[in-house]
Amino acid sequence: MKPLLDVRGLVTDIGAVRVVDGVSFHVAAGETYALLGESGCGKSMTALSIMRLLPDGGRVTSGAVDLDGQDVLALPEREMRRVRGGRMAMIFQEPMLALNPVIRVGEQIIEAVALHQNLAGQAGRDAARDLLDAVGVPDAARRLDTYPFELSGGLRQRMMIAMALAGQPKLLIADEPTTALDVTIQAQVLEVLRRLRVERQMGMLLITHDLGVVAENADRVGVMYAGELLEEGTRESFFAAPQHPYSRMLFEALPRAGDGGRLTVIPGQVPKPDSELKGCRFAPRCPHAVVRCREESPDWQTVDGQRVRCHLAGQLPARLPREIVANAVSTQAMQPLLQVDGLKVYFPVRRGLLQRTVDQLRAVDGVSLDIQAGRTLALVGESGCGKTTVGKALLRLTEPTAGRIVLAGETITAKNAPVLRRRAQMVFQDPFSSLNPRMRVADILLEGMDALGVGAAHQRRDAVARLLGQVGLPDDAGGRYPHAFSGGQRQRIAIARVLAVSPRLVICDEPTSALDVSVQAQILNLLKDLQNELGLAYLFITHNLGVVEYLAHEVAVMYLGRIVEHGAVADVLHAPRHPYTQALVSAVPRIESHVGEGISRLAGDQPSPLNPPSGCHFNPRCPHAGELCRQTYPDRTDLANGHWVRCHWVAGRI
Amino acid sequence: MKFIPEPLWTDWLIFALLAAALALVWVIRRQEHLLAPWRRVAQRPMAAGAALVLGTFVVIGLFDSLHYRERLPESPADRPQYSVEVLSVFDALVRDLRTQQEKTYSAPLAMQLYAKEFIERDNGTVRDYPRLRYGGAHLARADERLPDIAWRSLTGLTWGLVASLFLLGLLACWQSRRMHTSLGTWLGNWGGGRLDWPGRTVVFIVSLILVVSCVLVQLASGYHVFGTDKVGQDVLYISLKSIRTGLVIGTLTTLVTLPLAIGLGIAAGYFRGWVDDVIQYVYTVLNSIPGVLLIAAAVLIVQVYIESNPERFDTAAVRADIRLLALCLIMGVTSWTGLARLLRGESLKLRTLDYVEAARAFGVSHARIISRHILPNVFHLVLIAIVLDFSGLVLAEAVLSYVGVGVDPATYSWGNMINGARLELAREPVVWWQLGAAFAFMFALVLAANLFADGVRDAFDPRLEGRR
Repeated sequence: MKPLLDVRGLVTDIGAVRVVDGVSFHVAAGETYALLGESGCGKSMTALSIMRLLPDGGRVTSGAVDLDGQDVLALPEREMRRVRGGRMAMIFQEPMLALNPVIRVGEQIIEAVALHQNLAGQAGRDAARDLLDAVGVPDAARRLDTYPFELSGGLRQRMMIAMALAGQPKLLIADEPTTALDVTIQAQVLEVLRRLRVERQMGMLLITHDLGVVAENADRVGVMYAGELLEEGTRESFFAAPQHPYSRMLFEALPRAGDGGRLTVIPGQVPKPDSELKGCRFAPRCPHAVVRCREESPDWQTVDGQRVRCHLAGQLPARLPREIVANAVSTQAMQPLLQVDGLKVYFPVRRGLLQRTVDQLRAVDGVSLDIQAGRTLALVGESGCGKTTVGKALLRLTEPTAGRIVLAGETITAKNAPVLRRRAQMVFQDPFSSLNPRMRVADILLEGMDALGVGAAHQRRDAVARLLGQVGLPDDAGGRYPHAFSGGQRQRIAIARVLAVSPRLVICDEPTSALDVSVQAQILNLLKDLQNELGLAYLFITHNLGVVEYLAHEVAVMYLGRIVEHGAVADVLHAPRHPYTQALVSAVPRIESHVGEGISRLAGDQPSPLNPPSGCHFNPRCPHAGELCRQTYPDRTDLANGHWVRCHWVAGRI
Repeated sequence: MKFIPEPLWTDWLIFALLAAALALVWVIRRQEHLLAPWRRVAQRPMAAGAALVLGTFVVIGLFDSLHYRERLPESPADRPQYSVEVLSVFDALVRDLRTQQEKTYSAPLAMQLYAKEFIERDNGTVRDYPRLRYGGAHLARADERLPDIAWRSLTGLTWGLVASLFLLGLLACWQSRRMHTSLGTWLGNWGGGRLDWPGRTVVFIVSLILVVSCVLVQLASGYHVFGTDKVGQDVLYISLKSIRTGLVIGTLTTLVTLPLAIGLGIAAGYFRGWVDDVIQYVYTVLNSIPGVLLIAAAVLIVQVYIESNPERFDTAAVRADIRLLALCLIMGVTSWTGLARLLRGESLKLRTLDYVEAARAFGVSHARIISRHILPNVFHLVLIAIVLDFSGLVLAEAVLSYVGVGVDPATYSWGNMINGARLELAREPVVWWQLGAAFAFMFALVLAANLFADGVRDAFDPRLEGRR
């Protein structure tokens, strides 16, 4: 069968930099082809080359892109405009940036419909409504008249998909379509994409860095690295036995269901496209590399039906068992390091000329938790549920409205804040915004010590060298500025800055979500080592359940400012009792096929904390909601082993 | 001693500013991340050329800021008395231009006055254009004038070119020795534009400045190049003296603006709440009052003060200087709002960044957060604002002096030149050279400042930089 899209030997340059180097693949109608790789390896540039939407200075130097037997690269720009959107369409990562914020979404979709289907007026509006129905937007007719800012992230991404479908494309290019979304919403959007592909027999090019998304959606997989395709095969064989060392290491770097093993780390980082590349591009980071790898670029070979570019294909040793490092042991009877009781953070909503408070936004509404020294509590939930606010309120970066915080036996008030700041610190999500670009690394590390008066002034310089060694950075790093470091190294600097004041509790606010899988593994290993070494306690705020299973001892699930389920990791993630936790766990795309597990998909979005639903906050989305759930907020129901939930349904079934 | 130094208020401030600028250069040279954007400025041919032109203006302005009073020749040695006239080193350098005064208007490069007079000639009184006392005085007949001008221009051109070639030779020798290459290779690289700095532009601009100054020197030794004004003073001299006024207005005003804009702008953005409200109300109110009104009022107050305290201001130069300083002050007070608003917005953004939160988590004080985290990260905005505002202020001075609320009428300034030329524009034939000279000088300064500002903005603005 002739493929729908056939890319042969695509080479793209931006200025003097070669970002895509000889990529060939094909996509058949009704098939999903996934391009997998870390950031900066040329996935998006491949897609933009196919669409001919390269940024300034970019051009396709050689190669051919055939869509339905027609060479796209040879078309004049006039014709190309009809192909874009008409025969192939693209969905972008950030739906807020791809929709015009000052035009109603309906008009934007109708514009696309009018352009590609020549439908005007009422016919266009009807077609747009049908499209919204097709992508599963509830109450489609009304949604046409809303502005993008009125919609949630998931709805916006559906609008984008509807717009892409307006030209009835044969090929849909989805560039990280769900990366900016929460897992439950991601599951909804991927479901829509899967259904549409089957219904419309579209070919789909799915670009992602997430192995889980690939496992659940792709038919065939291509792994990209530094502008080249390294391995290609069907999903089944790729996931059963990846052949390229890079693919294998990607799998092993992924934190997985609590085996407690150390994550495999891919040393170094993706080479910059402007550096000189000789031989196999992965050779500098490959543990199996031989002399030949560094000198000769490998050609395609076929091993067990999979195509792979590696000199050692088929000869690699079987996967090594992971080195098992037990989680830090700590006695259960210990006094908790941190005790939080009834923490509330309300933000006043002000209106009118005199800025009177008319309402309260209940970001955190009565959260209680304990953390013991040397243990990790993970706080999970969708974005906007208040988990980051909990972290900031604990450090009094946001002033809590009510609640009691006891840290190492001392009640924290506004007066003894310095005590708090010595004992608890925070690692932020984005390593690019958490380090001042105008300060040297040594000065960044000294800042906390100076402000809190840690140690004598003359010892602090020595402390900097020790801290850099502790987080695995070279000694000369102190004299350099943050821009000289990669994302992973910056996060190490941020961790060193926290360690400088020797805290006993570290609040980690999604410290790995901005990093690639291989770098994430380095940081997670580092955090685990530091915990074993220094007996740190972590409050780990995240939405990534894989990381939770790897690192945490206990987990608390938050929904709309309240904790709905709490318990040991094994209990909560493997036998979740609250319907929300169940949905969250089953929405995570997994590499292992989960046959027989009931998949519960959540409908709708998280409501606004400004106006939470009455009764149990989760009742509008809950499959088991009853009359009681709509009236009263459930009390705590204790299960075994300190595992508890707040759910009428669970309480009724005991 | 044949003279005593007589530093004016603005002189002190100018040299303080110079010292501050040199200190800043010293700091910047030692910090790689501060030096990098300046390297980018230096690598832009347009900006480097503009900087050279600006530098020439600044050098003239600095020479004109070293004031002194001469000793009166007849005063006794043990009790010396000094002239009331305050001169500058620049005046001494161009003594002839200053002292060779004609009776009234004369056209550029003319040898006769612009107005007819009764003159004694041969045997009787005729009404004709009299010869100038200095301009073209060396000529015997009127038809010798054009060849003489051509010859002087040519001589000046030759001198200029010879000097340029000599400098280029020196540069080539020095650079080729430093780079350890042969002279020919370096010249080849220079001619082909293969240096890591815009060598061709720099050499071209320097030669242009040299040629123009040599031609001017040659012509000015025999003529009034830009003519003379109503009282017969050389217009070239007035234009050159006006450079200092323009520079003082452009730089000292910024000096007044910066503390207000930086302090209040960052405070409003960083502290928010009632501090933000108060500062915003202040600058909204200030912005709603017409600037000219405030300036006119302030200048009037200063004028009254000077007149009621004559014992404090003993010379005319001191009085004019105080009025110039007052103008800088009041213009500074009315023009800080734009930059403050910009800095407020930027601080609002910066204060939510994680590195500021991290500093707060360590309990770092507000003053330290502002000085270490906020200020260094808004400083590029301040710098861009300084260079962009400079040309605007020079032009504003011209407009204010024209309207009559600017500098003292006795101060040399382009605005006063334009004001003086205003009425004579109605004359037939028209007296255009005062206006023309003011325009040419102002245009050269403002164009150079604008081109330099563009270069600075391109090098410092992270938004124009793509990925850092």
